[in-house]
Amino acid sequence: MTALSIPFRTLLRREVRRFLSVPTQTLFAPLVSSLLYMLIFGVSLGDRLAFRGVRYAEFLVPGLVMLGVLNHAFQNAASSIMISKFEGNIVELLVAPISYAEMTAAYMIGGVARGLLVGVATWAVCLPWSGALPRHPLFALAIALCAAASFALLGVLAAVWADRFEGISAVSTFGIVPLTYLGGVFHSVDALPPFWQAVSRLNPMLYMVDGLRYGFLGSSDVPPAASLSLDASLAAVLFLVALAVLRSGWRLRP
Amino acid sequence: MRPSHPDAPAIEVRDLVKRYRDVEALKGVSFAVGRGELFGLLGPNGAGKTTLISILTGLVRRSAGRAEIFGLDVTRDYLTTRSLVGVVPQELVSDHFFTVRQALEFQSGYYGVRGNRDWMDHLLERLDLAAHADKRMHALSGGMKRRLLVAKALIHRPAVLVLDEPTAGVDVELRHGLWEFVREIHASGTTVLLTTHYIEEAERNCERIGILHEGRLAALDRTENLLSLLDERQVTLHLSEPVRTVPAGLARYGAALSPDGQRIALVVRGADGETGEFWASVQASGLKLRDVDIRRAGLEEVFLHLTGGRRGARPAAVART
Repeated sequence: MTALSIPFRTLLRREVRRFLSVPTQTLFAPLVSSLLYMLIFGVSLGDRLAFRGVRYAEFLVPGLVMLGVLNHAFQNAASSIMISKFEGNIVELLVAPISYAEMTAAYMIGGVARGLLVGVATWAVCLPWSGALPRHPLFALAIALCAAASFALLGVLAAVWADRFEGISAVSTFGIVPLTYLGGVFHSVDALPPFWQAVSRLNPMLYMVDGLRYGFLGSSDVPPAASLSLDASLAAVLFLVALAVLRSGWRLRP
Repeated sequence: MRPSHPDAPAIEVRDLVKRYRDVEALKGVSFAVGRGELFGLLGPNGAGKTTLISILTGLVRRSAGRAEIFGLDVTRDYLTTRSLVGVVPQELVSDHFFTVRQALEFQSGYYGVRGNRDWMDHLLERLDLAAHADKRMHALSGGMKRRLLVAKALIHRPAVLVLDEPTAGVDVELRHGLWEFVREIHASGTTVLLTTHYIEEAERNCERIGILHEGRLAALDRTENLLSLLDERQVTLHLSEPVRTVPAGLARYGAALSPDGQRIALVVRGADGETGEFWASVQASGLKLRDVDIRRAGLEEVFLHLTGGRRGARPAAVART
C-alpha cells in the first residue's frame, strides 16, 4: 500500500472538509484575533517601536502568523479526534484497513493544511498595516510546514490521551499557549536580560517563531539553519512518537 | 480482496483470552464460523460477546490465543482482515459535520473502494435512507442511524458481516426489516456473525449458535440441536369444571393449579412415548377440558438452563462444532 492509498486520501479529504465545513470557527475567528493584535500592538506601537531595523507592525506579523499556524494545526487534529471519540465514529476508523502510518500522516497533514491556511490569511489581513512581504518565502514556508506538522502531531497525541475536551484545553492553555507567547511572538529575545535569553533558548517555539521571522525580515536571533534543523527534527520525532502511540493502541484499543 | 487461505474458516478463535486489569472477560474461547454461515453469539450481559467481536475487528487487543479471519491473524495481517470484515457496532455513532451520503463515501474510501455509486444507492434505497441521503447525520432518528450503520458496514461488500446487537432499541417493524435484509445479504454468500439479546431472533435466523457465559463457551451447536437439549413442553390444561386439587396421576409432571382451579400448568419432558403416557394420564384423571395450550421449550429456556439463569439449574457445557 503506497503513501497515497485511497484510505489515506479519504481520511485526509475528510480532515480538510471537516474544518472547511465550519469556517467561522476554524478560519474567521482566528483572523479576528490576529486583526485585533495588529490594531492594538502593531498600529498603536508600529511607528514608535522598531526591532532589527523594521517597524514593530512589520516585526509583529511573523509572530502572529506563527501563532495562528501552531494553534490551528494543534486544534485541528485534537478537535477532530476528540469529536470522533465523543460521537463514537472513531470506531469506524479504528476497524478500517488504514495503516497506522497513513492515519498519523493524514491527521498531521490535515492539521498542517488548516494551520497554513490560517497563517496565510493572518498575513493577508495584516498586510495593509504591516506591509510585510517575506524576503525568503521558501524558507518561511519550510519553517511553517515543519512547525505546523509538529503541532498537528502534538494535537494527535493530546487527543489520544485526553478523555474529555477539558484535557485538550488544559494542554493548550497551560502548555502550548505560554510556550508560544514566550517564544518571541511579540518580542525579540535579544531584548531580554541574559538569564531569560538563556531560558528562552530552551523553548522549541522560539526557533519556529524566529525562523519564520527570518523568512519575513531576513534577520533572526538564532541562525536560520539551526532553527530549520531543530524544527524539522522535532516534527520527525513527534511523527515517530505519534505513530508508535497509534500502533500500540494506547487509550484507543483497550 | 480475496481471502488468501482458501480452506480456512471465515472466523476462527482458539484459546482466546482477554484480561482487563483484574477482570478476565474471555477465558480461553475456541470456535470457528464456516464460510457463508449465519452464526449467533448469545450470552448474558458481561458474558464477553462484545469483547470477542471487538478482538476480531481490531477494537480490542487480545491477551492470549488466536483470532483469525480466513486464516489471517487479526493483528499481524490487520490491513487484510479489516478489509474483509464489515462491522455494525452496538452503540449508535454520529458525525455532525457530514451528510449521510458523504459519510458513506468516506466509509467506502477507508476500505479503498471508489466508483461504487450504484451499490451505495442500492443500500440507501434498500435501507429506506434514500430520502435522507443529503441530511446531516445528527438530524437522523435512532432507527435511521442504525440503518446507516448497516449501510456503512456493507459499503465495501465485506466477506464477513459482524453485527453487535443490531436490533437493540429498534422498533418491531424496523427489526423485521433489518432481519430481512441480513438474510438477503447472507443468502448472497456473506458470512454473518451476530450477537443479540433477542433470543427468539437468533432461534429463528441463525444456523448455529454459541452461548457465552462468564467468558467461556457454554454451548456451541446447530440451533435445532440446542433446542433439543431441553426436550420439554409446557402444557396448560383449561378446565370447563374447576377442581380443588391436582389429580394424583398428574403430580409427576410438576402440575400447578391456578388459584381459581380452572387451569393446570404442567411440564412434559422426554420422548414421544412419554408424551403419549402423559395424555393417557390426563384421560384417566377424568378432568373435563375446555382447551389445551402446548408450548415447546425454546432457545430462551435452553439459554437459561445453560447459563444457570433458571432457579436450581446448573450451567451445562455443550459444544459440538
